[in-house]
Amino acid sequence: MEELKRTALFDKHKELNARNVGFCGWEMPVQYEGVIKEHDACRNGAALFDISHMGEFFYEGDIANSGINNACTTDFVKLPVGKCKYGFLLNEKGGVIDDLIVYKLDATHLMFVVNAARIDVDFEQIKSHIKSGTFINRSNEVSKIDIQGPKSKEILQTIVSFDLAELKFFGFKQSELLGAKATISRTGYTGELGYELYVDNETALKLWDRLIDLGAVPAGLGARDVLRLEKGYSLYGHELDEQTTPLEAGIDMFVQYDSHDFTGKKALLEQKNRGAKKRIIAFKTNSKRSPRQGFEIYQNGQKIGVVTSGTYSPSVQSGIGLGFVDTQLFDENAKQELQSARGNIPIEVTKLPFY
Amino acid sequence: MKKYTNEHEWAELDGDIATVGLSDYAIKELGDITFVELPEMGQVAKKGESIAFIESVKAASDIYAPLSGEVVAVNSELDTAPELLNDDASQTWILKIKVSDSSEMDTLLDESEYKIFISAL
Repeated sequence: MEELKRTALFDKHKELNARNVGFCGWEMPVQYEGVIKEHDACRNGAALFDISHMGEFFYEGDIANSGINNACTTDFVKLPVGKCKYGFLLNEKGGVIDDLIVYKLDATHLMFVVNAARIDVDFEQIKSHIKSGTFINRSNEVSKIDIQGPKSKEILQTIVSFDLAELKFFGFKQSELLGAKATISRTGYTGELGYELYVDNETALKLWDRLIDLGAVPAGLGARDVLRLEKGYSLYGHELDEQTTPLEAGIDMFVQYDSHDFTGKKALLEQKNRGAKKRIIAFKTNSKRSPRQGFEIYQNGQKIGVVTSGTYSPSVQSGIGLGFVDTQLFDENAKQELQSARGNIPIEVTKLPFY
Repeated sequence: MKKYTNEHEWAELDGDIATVGLSDYAIKELGDITFVELPEMGQVAKKGESIAFIESVKAASDIYAPLSGEVVAVNSELDTAPELLNDDASQTWILKIKVSDSSEMDTLLDESEYKIFISAL
């Protein structure tokens, strides 16, 4: 087996007695003191996440004419400088190669932030669209630390030189943190007020310690997964993959159909007209039983789908989950249940977010 | 005196009644416990058979009978407060079994053997 990669903060996690897990080829902290405590820190205070395994690519060149604007569902020409946007890299069939956030650094510079497991695939996919300019993978040089929660603003403000109130949701600023260049982005994966910080690996060590001193609570990927699922956010490899379109995943509102051409657009529009074979559902167990990835979804004794994400939600105090069902078979007036090795779990289909 | 299974249950025998719980190690591995499915009173299980079920936020596991016998008590406090196991697993019993063959106790690991066992995991 290939050796797991480690982020610049690996020793910090070790000092904090983190329990690590192999995740997308990386040895990452899944929890420090406990998932629920870390979850609550994010919902009520400020939680700190090392997300350095994610990838960062940089493009410099003619955004309108180099071909790069056809790579992704987001129109980078229309994207204002100082803003970032969530979107997708699609294959020709409209399946999701990755979901990503693209930052318009200035009129000729873009930053792409992609999932760790997809770095190589994404880089080649984007590169294949580019006819001019430079495109560089700096994933190994860039650390990413997320501070998330209602107290994140006041904590971060003490080490930021501009007024954080200037940053609107999905706005960012290139500034300084602890004397080094940093990108400070008003974004996150928890649904809370929060920031994603991009710094060099050396600064990451100082930044991590400083934010903890200021009251942020280290939180692992376990809490992060619960937090994102409570908001109903998709996770690549669970809700999204190359066999699933943004339409089927219920998130095609992030696709800019009308403005520019992009790979997969034709297939996506066709599917929009024709109707998709599968669709996502969100559901609660209304009990302490948790759905788990792979549990089958049944309706009137017939299998109609499968669970892609599930957890116990401390905020909702119930098991919650996402899954895909056959659009034809699914009847919203019928009762659905999950089949597990330990008996059936009734579910109630609900709207997102859970919390 | 507590003895342990390879599946991380502990059992403590008093006469023919065994009190059963899960080890601190097991609870720490599972993380925050959210749900314990307790057996019915009178349920009979052989040593090594699944007798209960436990879930944490991010994981789930069967609990196996450390000794053969019949369930004579369950800790129903765990229905409403499964987190008691996180507070102190060694002091939080899950169920009691009236054992059919107390000599099975000899096949379980004692404290020091169990410590060696988990240190190798």
